[in-house]
Order: sequence, then C-alpha cells, then structure tokens
Amino acid sequence: MKSEHLYNYILGIADNSLILGQRLGELCGHGPSLETDIAGTNISLDLIGQTRSYYQYAAKISGENKTEDDIAFLRLERGYKNVLLVEQPNTHFGYVMGRQYLFDVFHLLLLQELQFSKDQTLAAIAKKGIKEVSYHKRFSGDWIKRLGDGTPESTAKMQEAIDDLWPYTQELFDMTDADTAMAQEGIGVDVSKLKESYYKQVKTLLTQATLEVPQSTYFSRGGKNGVHSEHMGYLLADLQYMQRTYPNMEW
Amino acid sequence: MDNNWPLWEIFVRSKNGLEHRHFGSLHAADEDMALENARDVYTRRNEGVSIWVVKSSDITASNPENNGELFEPAQDKVYRHPTFYKLPDEIKHM
Amino acid sequence: MSNEQIKNLEEIFEARIARDEKIEAKDWMPEKYRKTHIRQISQHAHSEIVGMLPEGNWISRAPSLRRKAALLAKVQDEAGHGLYLYSACETLGISREELYQQLHSGKAKYSSIFNYPTLTWADMGAIGWLVDGAAIINQVPLCNTSFGPYARAMVRVCKEESFHQRQGFEIMLKLCNGSKEQKDMAQDALNRWWWPSLMMLGPTDAESVHTEQSMKWKLKRKSNDDLRQQFIDQTVPQADILGLTIPDPDLKFNKQTGSYDFGAINWDEFWQVVKGHGPCNKQRISARVAAWDNGAWVRDAAMAHAAKKEELKVKIAI
Repeated sequence: MKSEHLYNYILGIADNSLILGQRLGELCGHGPSLETDIAGTNISLDLIGQTRSYYQYAAKISGENKTEDDIAFLRLERGYKNVLLVEQPNTHFGYVMGRQYLFDVFHLLLLQELQFSKDQTLAAIAKKGIKEVSYHKRFSGDWIKRLGDGTPESTAKMQEAIDDLWPYTQELFDMTDADTAMAQEGIGVDVSKLKESYYKQVKTLLTQATLEVPQSTYFSRGGKNGVHSEHMGYLLADLQYMQRTYPNMEW
Repeated sequence: MDNNWPLWEIFVRSKNGLEHRHFGSLHAADEDMALENARDVYTRRNEGVSIWVVKSSDITASNPENNGELFEPAQDKVYRHPTFYKLPDEIKHM
Repeated sequence: MSNEQIKNLEEIFEARIARDEKIEAKDWMPEKYRKTHIRQISQHAHSEIVGMLPEGNWISRAPSLRRKAALLAKVQDEAGHGLYLYSACETLGISREELYQQLHSGKAKYSSIFNYPTLTWADMGAIGWLVDGAAIINQVPLCNTSFGPYARAMVRVCKEESFHQRQGFEIMLKLCNGSKEQKDMAQDALNRWWWPSLMMLGPTDAESVHTEQSMKWKLKRKSNDDLRQQFIDQTVPQADILGLTIPDPDLKFNKQTGSYDFGAINWDEFWQVVKGHGPCNKQRISARVAAWDNGAWVRDAAMAHAAKKEELKVKIAI
C-alpha cells in the first residue's frame, strides 16, 4: 500500500459521511412533511456521493483490488472510524437536526482546510463538498433556530437533543495517528485547531435559538478508534445485510 | 390558530437571460424555508439559477368570469400587429 | 343560478373540453368535475407517498453504494411527485391537511399494489420494472388531461419517472446475470409482483364504474383492459430478455390478435386488498399516521417561529 496512514485518513473522513448518510436514509418517508423528507434525502445523497469519491480513492491506493463497496460494507465494526456523533439514532426530529448541525459545522471547517491539501484528489473532493456542506449547515442551523425558538414544547425537545448530543462533540477534534501523520505531511487537517472556531459558531447559534449552551464537561469518545456505541451494531446489520448474506456477488 | 404551513408559489429562472417561470407550489412556514424547500423540490435536477417564492395568498388573480370584458376587446385590434400593414413587395426587410 | 343556467354552463364546459381546451382552477366547473378530480388526483398523490414506504424499507439495506444512491433518489422523487399532485389538488379548494385526513381515516384510497410487502432486494427491481412500468402506461396519457394543473403536474412526473423503470430493470438484469441465488431471487420477485401489477391497472371494464365520464374529461384515455393488454404485450418480451418465466401457465401469444392471451385474474384478492385486508394495509397507514403525528410539534414550532419573526419585523419597522 502506498500509505497506510493516507488510507486510514481517508476512511476517517469518509466513514462519517457514510454513517450519517445511512442514518438520514432511514428517515425517508417518515419525516414531519413531504418538503422535509425531500430536503433530508438531498443531504443524505450529498453525503453518500462524497463517501463514494473518498472510498474510490481509498480503494485505488489500497493496492489490493478493492472496490468502494468492499470498503463500505465488508469491515468489522471495529474497522469503522466514524465519530460517535453521527451514529446516534433518529430519536426525534430535534435529534436529527441537532446531530446534523453539530456535525455540519465541523464538516465545513474541515473541508475548508482540506481543500488546500497537498493531495490533489482530496483537495478536489473537499472543494466540491464545501458547497454541499455549506447548504447542509444553513439548513440544519435554520431548523435549530425554528425548533429552539418555536413553541415551549419544541424548545424543550430541541434542548433535550442538544444536551444529549453535546458529549459527542469533543471527539471531533481528537487527533488519530493517521491525522497526525497526514497533518505533518500537509495532506491532512489538524482538526484540534478547529475546536475554537467550532464552539464559537455553535454557541452563537444556540444563543440565537434561545437554547442553553450545555455546561457538561463529560465527553464520550471512541468511534475514531473503532469503539462504537450500542447503536452501531444495528446500523451495520442493516447496512451490511446484503453483502454479508450473499458474499462475492455483483448487484 | 391554524398551524398548517401556508402555500407558496415557486418561480424559477432556468438560466440567465430567461425570465422566472412558475414551476409549482409547496408548503413552508416562512420565506426562508420556502426558498430552501423550493431548492430541494424544484431544482434537484439542475433546473435553476434563481428562485422567487411568493405566498399564494399574496397573489391577486383576475376572475375568469370577467374574461370577456378583460381580454376579448383586444382580439379585433389587428392594427397592433405588423401584418395589418400592406407594403409593396420590393421592400424586403421592415 | 337556475337549473337551466347550470345546464347551459355545463354544455359550454363540455364543449370546451371536447375542443381540447384546458380547464384552469378558477374556471367555472361542474361540481362533479371538481369532486372527481379531487378524488383521482389525491388518490394518485396518496399512492406516491404510500409508495415511498415499501421501497424506503430497502434504502438502509441496499447492496451497493450506487444502488443506495439510486434508490434514495427514486424514493425522493416519489415524495416530489406526491407534492406536485397534492399541489394540483389544492387548486381545487381543498388543503393538503384535509387530504391527509382522508388518507389516514381510510376514506381515501391509494394504489392497492403498495399493500404488498417488499421481502427481498429483487423486489426493488420488480417494483421499478413492473409497477413503474404499469404506472407509466397509465400516466403518460394524463399529461394531456383536461384539467391544467393536473396535466402540468403529470408532465413533470413523467419526465422524472423515466429513470425509475430503467433503474428497476437494471436491478433485475444484474440479478439475472448473477449467481443462482440472485436469479432465484429475481424469479421469486416476479412471481409475487406479476399478478398484483396486472390488478393495479384497475378492475375489468365491465366492473369499472367511472370509465365513461372519465374518458370524456380525458382523465382516462384507454380502458383498464386495454391498458392491461398493452402492459402485458410490452412486458413479456422484456421477461424473455431477462430469462425469467411469467407465472401464468395460460400466457400465450395469439397470432390473430397480435397480443398475448393470459389467465384469469384473481379479482377476489384485488377487492380484498382494496377493502383494507391486504398483507400491509394497516402497516402502511400506521406509518403515514405516525409520521404525521410525530411531526406535529415540528410543524407547530415552525409556524410559531415564523410568527415571532414576523412580529420582530413589524417592531423594527415601527
């Protein structure tokens, strides 16, 4: 393999898009209005499109004759490197938008740096993604404002979602070995440096949405190293069902 | 209180140089949401470069019952059209 | 208005339609025309959004990323088509919420086919190939129907629909060129979806109550039996290309008519499903009701927020 670190680095970014895209895909047909179903699906499609670009690149550099689908569907749970945040379930629409926004702010900051990567492929994927993710962030941010500053019931529900999702935010800024190695080579992004801007933006929006910024200092982490939440197994059971049940076939 | 999202009419410019054309309608709680929904519903196949949204209730429409007095008087004003004027054949471009 | 005057208006109205003029929402129209259109367009819209459910089932389990994206886009289109059609219906003076109420209470019908379960991945292929194939046969002539908003919605629907059937056929083709398990899966899906697809085109002409009036109003251009024959004639050769067997021992090409003769349709099953006793009727409606009820607080919040923003704008203006 050309670079173990590069391979792992790409997966670290792509897995977030895959898992979040998968979660959004579960919702199609079950949202609060037809209009929101269509919007949510668009975000899911953007994320799956990005995932495919990353995996195709990873497959190419793996040197093992892999395909994007091998990477997407045929790893053990420990092999998925997504953060815990994106695998959290669609408990209610407040969680869906909360999870989306808390990820979108990070995602956009990441891509805005990644577009200057020395790796031309990653830079190109990032550049395309910036436009998509800017829209995701606007969409989810608008919804947090509506739900936060809507009715007393919606304020309580949105607050509940933010409180529950908050502990998963710190992990976004953890540096894995691959992150460190790639940042040193000018290929990857030093995500620890994005933290300040991230929390500043998120806090501003929560305040606009008349929501409390959670004070909790307890944070959960593990996804980046493959140690996931209980939800992940069920998600993968769905995701991998066909490929595991009917191995080595084309679809 | 009526909590149903109001209806909006969506106008899309397909490309610069063309006018905005009525594409359809959708429901949204406010104008920002109407724009976002319009983008997701009506331009997901690359159909537009600009969107207008107008609350349906803000549109004043003529009543088809008055079509006779509104539109028929224009039918016989043939002198508004170039073909009304006879020119000698030698004049090619006018 | 006197009965005489109404009769006169009705004659003028029918003559306009006969001349291929379009009727727009604000035009005078007979009450029956309005009601029939609300019923048919909303039934069509309900079919689109209930139809999202059996396919939506498989988004999370699609076997490849390419298939996942295509299926997502397809189910999303169905939401869009439902939206266009509800909007067309709303021009007739009924709200989307009222239409939803009719669906949720069981008063309004939707296409019976969506009450069948999607058990395997091949069902995504069979639905695209057969169900969308049958739907297109029904829908293309509607692009020319007499009611303008419905005709315009259908133009958009048909344009977008064109990838759906291809998507389904491609899934089937891949399965049929694959392993034995895959081919068996495809045959099994055809076995389960063939007869419901034929039923989907509606009861036989002898039993169809609305046909004559609908023909006049161009809500229907061909009879159910003609549509069914057209569907069978175009689908059988496609099954041959796939190497699949249509589950009808009586199916035979008739040289005289140039069409396929086919076996008896089990209409008892059709009426049972239409009356609410199909395998998934309850499940489908429950899913729609749950989506609507669980979304109520979200829709309310958005309205409350919009009102606050509006108030703020007024304050700033003062």
